[in-house]
Amino acid sequence: MSNAQIEIQIIASLVAIACAIPGTFLVLRKMAMISDAISHSILPGIVIGFFITHDLNSPLLILLAALTGIITVVLVEYIQKTGLVKEDTAIGLVFPILFSIGVIMIAKNANDVHLDIDAVLLGELAFAPFDRLMIAGSDVGPKSMWIIGSILVITITLLIAFFKELKVSTFDAGLASALGFSPVIMHYGLMSVASVTTVGAFDAVGAILVVALMIAPAAAAYLITTDLKKMLLYAICFGVFSAISGYWMAHWLDASIAGSITTMLGLLFLSVYLFAPSKGIIAVMYREKQQRIEVSLLTFLLHLQNHDEIEERHVNHLNEHINWQKVRSKTVLDLALKNNMISIDNKVVSLTEKGKTFTLKAIDYIITNEDSQIEDMKDDFFLFRG
Amino acid sequence: MDLQEYFSLVFTDYTLRTITLGTAILGAVCGMLGSFAVLRKQSLLGDAISHAALPGIAIAFLITGAKESNTLLIGALVSGLIGTFWIRGIITKTHLKSDTALGLILSLFFGFGMLLLTFIQKQPNANQAGLDKYLFGQAATLVESDVWFMAIVAGLCLFVLLLFWKEFKLLLFDADYTKTLGFNTKFIDILITSFIVLAIVLGLQTVGVVLMSAMLLAPAAAARQWTNSLSVMVILASVFGAFAGVFGTTISASQNNLSTGPVIVIVAGVFVLISFVFSPSRGLLFRQIRLIKNRRDLELHKTLAFMYHIAETHDDISHPHTVKILNNFQGYTRSTLKKLVDRNYVTLDGQMWSLTENGFNTASNLYNQQSDNNE
Repeated sequence: MSNAQIEIQIIASLVAIACAIPGTFLVLRKMAMISDAISHSILPGIVIGFFITHDLNSPLLILLAALTGIITVVLVEYIQKTGLVKEDTAIGLVFPILFSIGVIMIAKNANDVHLDIDAVLLGELAFAPFDRLMIAGSDVGPKSMWIIGSILVITITLLIAFFKELKVSTFDAGLASALGFSPVIMHYGLMSVASVTTVGAFDAVGAILVVALMIAPAAAAYLITTDLKKMLLYAICFGVFSAISGYWMAHWLDASIAGSITTMLGLLFLSVYLFAPSKGIIAVMYREKQQRIEVSLLTFLLHLQNHDEIEERHVNHLNEHINWQKVRSKTVLDLALKNNMISIDNKVVSLTEKGKTFTLKAIDYIITNEDSQIEDMKDDFFLFRG
Repeated sequence: MDLQEYFSLVFTDYTLRTITLGTAILGAVCGMLGSFAVLRKQSLLGDAISHAALPGIAIAFLITGAKESNTLLIGALVSGLIGTFWIRGIITKTHLKSDTALGLILSLFFGFGMLLLTFIQKQPNANQAGLDKYLFGQAATLVESDVWFMAIVAGLCLFVLLLFWKEFKLLLFDADYTKTLGFNTKFIDILITSFIVLAIVLGLQTVGVVLMSAMLLAPAAAARQWTNSLSVMVILASVFGAFAGVFGTTISASQNNLSTGPVIVIVAGVFVLISFVFSPSRGLLFRQIRLIKNRRDLELHKTLAFMYHIAETHDDISHPHTVKILNNFQGYTRSTLKKLVDRNYVTLDGQMWSLTENGFNTASNLYNQQSDNNE
């Protein structure tokens, strides 16, 4: 591994961590799309900053661009407050217009500016190590590494200092203001951090990857845990993992690093989405299927309870009577048998003692509709575990 | 090229005519379908889908190896639809909210698309140049067949819209009721979403991935301010969209170095701004005027009530009082007094005022009933 390769991976990982922290809160606050809006609307700020400083890495440019990001948030909130359109429409209106202004500003001054929209939107991580920061004549590393590093340090400091406040205002804004810290300040603080991070990172990895790095690791982490600290930790791990694996994928394919990091993020999210222990698609579908059978079993037992006549309880009759398919009635019958709820005698089904108490409890539950009782029932009769 | 020259050229110059027609049709279709997106609170879906279409374009190119715009658009359509249904899957099956789902699909698909595009660029055949025009759009590349294609799609949209008008409208405003009436809501839902995706894909070549969402939203958001009726809104939105397309093309053609897409978006944005401010019933300007007027009326009534309470203490209601008493009362100004005189509630005689019969009666009934003449 050459020096430049290591530096690229360090920058990518730093960006991933710096994005994952505000991203987690954005996802929890249902404001993920704001990050997309900010990432587009910083363009005019960058262009104006570039006219003034002629340096994509200057602090003034970052400040100006971050300011445009905050203006976006304020504008969206203002439009939303007028009640003329909904919030999502407000977001969808503001950022394309600001972005268009940026594009036109670049186009009108194309001759004197070395600024490309592609570069802003997509970034080029591969070139990051070539722009070195010189202090007193000695080379201390790539500029973007220092920029994103200092943003990360600020973010982490703020996170540790205001963790409690952030947590409360994220989950219960009412309580937060009752306790005396303003949710508004928290909101704008978070927005500012998100803005600054977006701006600091766009040069290295591009605006779109910033959005991906903010949302995808946090969303994946949210599917695995419901603990805020763990969620932050998982999000950071996911981000760093995809940053490094994405780099090697780009190396192998000889394609855009930002693109392959995003693709790795996508694959990561897809696998979490499918296989997450309790919130993943497969787990959810399995649970839904189980619940369907559970309900079927209850219906079946209630049916038996209500009918003493032999012909109503004949195995074949059940197919027609409750309108079940053959397979389904067989599953339900097997399940009931396995749990000793019924006995089948000469193809006639009857409830056992255990089945009777269970049915009575079920009726009780249906009448009172208290969740605790169904939990009891599950314990008493290990329904689907046996 | 100045404007006059432009207008003479529109009818003679092939390229300009094609582009103007193309953007006008595109604007109309987007306005039409955008109305539904805005009202269904799916505004940002457009943004997500347009980004999600990018890998489809790249894959279609990788498979066919040709830059035939129609095959690329089919690729875009397929990947846009996959994105849409994945978004839906995330929202319904997990506890992630719609904004997270949109942002995820948007950035992940776009990143994947970028990976494919850079991968294609490194390929040894020379045919790949120009795929990145789908990023920001290039109206200048529109040819007559593209415009015909757009017109056919627009006609199809219009036909389906008219055919399923009742169902769309019902689903829009009361999904549960639609279901109880026995309509297949899933089918209608998929139908309208597919057409929104189609409109977005259609616009990719002209305004590009990034700005497409504004194309969809802005005309509809502007039209929404002028009316409360769905049919009027859809028609208005198409008109706004078409005009944004035409004006945008005109402006960008009359200047150097201006790409069409961003100009169209800004023109549409100006429409929205005008609608927000000047719409008679919802606009900010008239709302402010109404607010001031109501406040003035209230102050007038307050002054009248104050006078009434003074006059009450005398047997003769028209007993004159000095104006000075009123100075302590904060609702009082010279102009309110003058207005009261105009309305014949009060007579003024030098520095003295007295309540008239009419004024006394109005004041005594002020809080009991709505005043008849609602000025």
